[in-house]
Amino acid sequence: MPHSTAPGPMRPEEVDEDDILPDAPQQVSDHTKEEGKTDMTDSASQSEDSTSEAPRIDVKVEDLFDDADDDEEDEFSGSRVLNPGNESSPPEAPLPCAQSAKYTDPEVMLAFYQRLFPFRYLYQWLNHSMKPSNDFGHREFAFTLQNDAYLRYQSFPTGDLLRREILRLNPSRFEIGPVYTANPRDRKTLRKSTAFRPMAKELVFDIDLTDYDEIRTCCNKANICHKCWSFVTMAIKVVDAALREDFGFQHIMWVYSGRRGAHAWISDKRARNMDDQKRKALAGYLEVIKGGAQSGKKVNVKRPLHPHLARSLDILREHFQRDILEDQDPWAEPEKAERLLRLLPDKVLNDSLRKKWDAAPGRSSVSKWADIDALAKTGASKTLDGRALLEAKQDIVLEYTYPRLDVEVSKKKIHLLKSPFVIHPGTGRVCVPIDTKRLAKFDPLGVPTVTELLGEIDAFDGQTTEESDVKKTQDYEKTGLRPYVEYFRTYVAGLLREEKGVKRERETGNAMEF
Amino acid sequence: MIRQDYNRIDPKRRSAIDYKKKQFAVPTYKQQDYPHRLSLYETPPTAEITLEQFEQWAIDRLRVLAEIEACSFRNKTPAETAAHVTPLLQKWLPLHSNTSSSVGSQDENLKLERQKDHYSHFILRLAFSSTEDLRRRFARIESALFKLRFQNDDAKERQTFVESLQFDWEVVSEEEKRALGADLLNATPGMKRQDAEEAGWFKVDFEMVAELVEGRRVFLKAGKAYVPVREQMSMVLAGFNARLDKGLELAARALPRLDEDDRLTPILVHLSKNFATPDSTLSDSDSALPGAPINPSSIDPLSQHFPLCMRNLQMTLRKNSHLKHFGRLQYTLFLKGIGLTLEDCLIFWRQAFKLITDDTFNKEYRYNIRHAYGDVGGDAIRRGRGYSPFSCQKILTEHPPGSGESHGCPYRHFSVDNLTTLLQTTGVSDRDVLRGVKEDVEKKRFHIACNRVFEWAHKGDIKRVKEDDSWGAAELDTIVHPNTYFKRSYLLKTGGAAAVKGDEMEI
Repeated sequence: MPHSTAPGPMRPEEVDEDDILPDAPQQVSDHTKEEGKTDMTDSASQSEDSTSEAPRIDVKVEDLFDDADDDEEDEFSGSRVLNPGNESSPPEAPLPCAQSAKYTDPEVMLAFYQRLFPFRYLYQWLNHSMKPSNDFGHREFAFTLQNDAYLRYQSFPTGDLLRREILRLNPSRFEIGPVYTANPRDRKTLRKSTAFRPMAKELVFDIDLTDYDEIRTCCNKANICHKCWSFVTMAIKVVDAALREDFGFQHIMWVYSGRRGAHAWISDKRARNMDDQKRKALAGYLEVIKGGAQSGKKVNVKRPLHPHLARSLDILREHFQRDILEDQDPWAEPEKAERLLRLLPDKVLNDSLRKKWDAAPGRSSVSKWADIDALAKTGASKTLDGRALLEAKQDIVLEYTYPRLDVEVSKKKIHLLKSPFVIHPGTGRVCVPIDTKRLAKFDPLGVPTVTELLGEIDAFDGQTTEESDVKKTQDYEKTGLRPYVEYFRTYVAGLLREEKGVKRERETGNAMEF
Repeated sequence: MIRQDYNRIDPKRRSAIDYKKKQFAVPTYKQQDYPHRLSLYETPPTAEITLEQFEQWAIDRLRVLAEIEACSFRNKTPAETAAHVTPLLQKWLPLHSNTSSSVGSQDENLKLERQKDHYSHFILRLAFSSTEDLRRRFARIESALFKLRFQNDDAKERQTFVESLQFDWEVVSEEEKRALGADLLNATPGMKRQDAEEAGWFKVDFEMVAELVEGRRVFLKAGKAYVPVREQMSMVLAGFNARLDKGLELAARALPRLDEDDRLTPILVHLSKNFATPDSTLSDSDSALPGAPINPSSIDPLSQHFPLCMRNLQMTLRKNSHLKHFGRLQYTLFLKGIGLTLEDCLIFWRQAFKLITDDTFNKEYRYNIRHAYGDVGGDAIRRGRGYSPFSCQKILTEHPPGSGESHGCPYRHFSVDNLTTLLQTTGVSDRDVLRGVKEDVEKKRFHIACNRVFEWAHKGDIKRVKEDDSWGAAELDTIVHPNTYFKRSYLLKTGGAAAVKGDEMEI
């Protein structure tokens, strides 16, 4: 992309695919002792060079980095209010009771986009480089405006222009689509309709707890609690392992969808360039639970178990005991226990189980699950096929724990998916990335809401009297959003580093295609 | 002729004008010797053939392709398709193996057969390259044909053919094979321990064996698929598809250069027209039911004429006051097909979704329904009148229902027990019918099951119209579209025999 289209001052050192900026977290984090910081260094240490260099250049380069940060603000004033005169306009921390009404308040949204939304990293993440390119320029964005109008086919040469437009339109949320063969804004001026096709997009996955309604007992519909969030935790573990080990993808980011699910974005070049057929194949590989409301047994996997399933089963087994049997207690009532019996193969065994359970109403799922083996061992049924029972039990574990993916989302390049870091209009929570290293600790109900965050900024600014401190600290650093933005930054830095290598390879070598 | 002469440059001068044009002016002849029966069609033909041959060969191939496509529309299994197509192939497009002749690939007849196969492929490639739709269909059927032939090929010749392709396949070393051991074995169904150890394994990018990956029939590690030799077909097929797709794109770009040619262009246009879509779209006459009261409040009583898939949706809708996306889509299009207007359809859904507010309805559902009717969305010219109602083929093969979803075909997507219950609640109580349905479903003949129920439910009326001869055989053909089911059921029950006259069931 020509520089002429890039508005605003583009510093040469920024444009020149500078390594320093994305790796910077080490230095910047010196200012604070916040807890979120420690885990960030954890994940940042993947980049060997930055960890080894950090102590050496500690003092000397400090100033230099601060300069770099200043540049950053000039270009992407993501964390600073544009006009100093406006300083008073961002809303005060609102009263807790009024919160729910305030989530989609246009002014709250605007302040969030202005001060907290990490446009810079979003741009780098989608562009795969610092230099403006078609990966970003031909990318479709779709805005949902405050009046629920839906604007598709928006595109922007740079992240800064995206930011400006978002500040102008103040959408309640926006979605990210594919990179097209031409600029989406020009699609109607193209002579041939075939000249406008989706070319590349991150491979995405969508997990939504509503798909678990028939097996979760704690909540239903849009509600969630810690108990049912463990379904998402399990799903992330299984899918993440498969994507990394089986498919060899490295750049996988999981994002909380703001209410009751999670999205995965896979940015490996290979994943981005997959056509719909390959996406479908990949989704099919991961899909185990099949069938609609009426199709009876939903897991019918071949034996011997495919290594992917064997691994998944290993991951899921402990969750099954704790999160399903104990927490969900799915077969407590007799009619639900009947469902369990329908999944078991042996009629005689089922009859004796039914008798036993009818005699002791209120028996917990843990005991019922144990009863199956206990009764089978006592020889309650002569026709019992131990192998069939074992396999049926494995299928049940999978049916109750294996990820239920909304595969339609993954199959099509043109599918739009909500951007990370936007606000969920129903809950006010930010769609933050989930660090898979600390997956078990992720608490969807503890994710900051937009009103809390804005309150934190004000509280911070109120406490700190020294003008220079206020100025140096970016707005997100004053809030609970900080660990998430820093995680995102480190993640994007890793992606960019890899992408640079790939590009060089592409320029020098001529990769043979099949 | 005059128009063309006007633009024409003297052939002798043409090459002097632009050296780049030379390659089109002077084709480099390359006589191919066809050592193998199969071909990935990489080199275009360059020898001369007569116009008659040009047309005849293409038509012969087209006949075969049309049959293959018809088989896929009728949901036939690969084995059934092979049985159906093989005699046709023998007749129109024979292709014998080297062993069939004493002199092997040197036999003149073999050469002729292969030449015909080669040329006809490229002629059709040109004819079907003009639009994206045609290209996709052509590629799909050609790859089905290739698959069929590849499977029937003599094992030894297939091996030499595959070796001649020089694909970029990495052989898995013995140590790696041993290290992976059981994983390799477990990932590959139907593989015996001994075979796994002895047979050769290839390591390829997983994208190349998408089919195997989708079925979880191959071991994957770090983006590489470990494929046993016998699964080569999937890989060769992927290679064939990739080349064909690329070739079609190239052909599409070359097509405008033929514009001035008044010998070939008409033939090509004619060929591509003859390949008209046999998708089971409904004609207007098929859906319109003159005089029938079709409005939001009549859907419930009318639903007794609906096929089971739609009755299930109607019942689920009444039970839950909600349907998920694909259920809504399938049902809306069906209702559109029976003649419910957009306005009425909106009223129908609004009333059916009792538990939500007007606001939510307008925000989340209205657009979708209007979109299905072609009222909004995309580009006004291209969207036409929206999607056509789903055929059985589409319902059976696309978007199988997921958890909590009720669309799809009950005969296919329900467990037998649930299907039986559903049939009983809709009044099918005859034990013979239920048993017949069960057998059909086990044999995966879902159409037959549905038609069996239809015939049982209307046996009196069918007998009547057969006797008084008001319905011909065509009107009582197997039903392969839910809307046909409805229309036929409605007309039979209301005795509207006259309305059927002159009506064509397009399939």
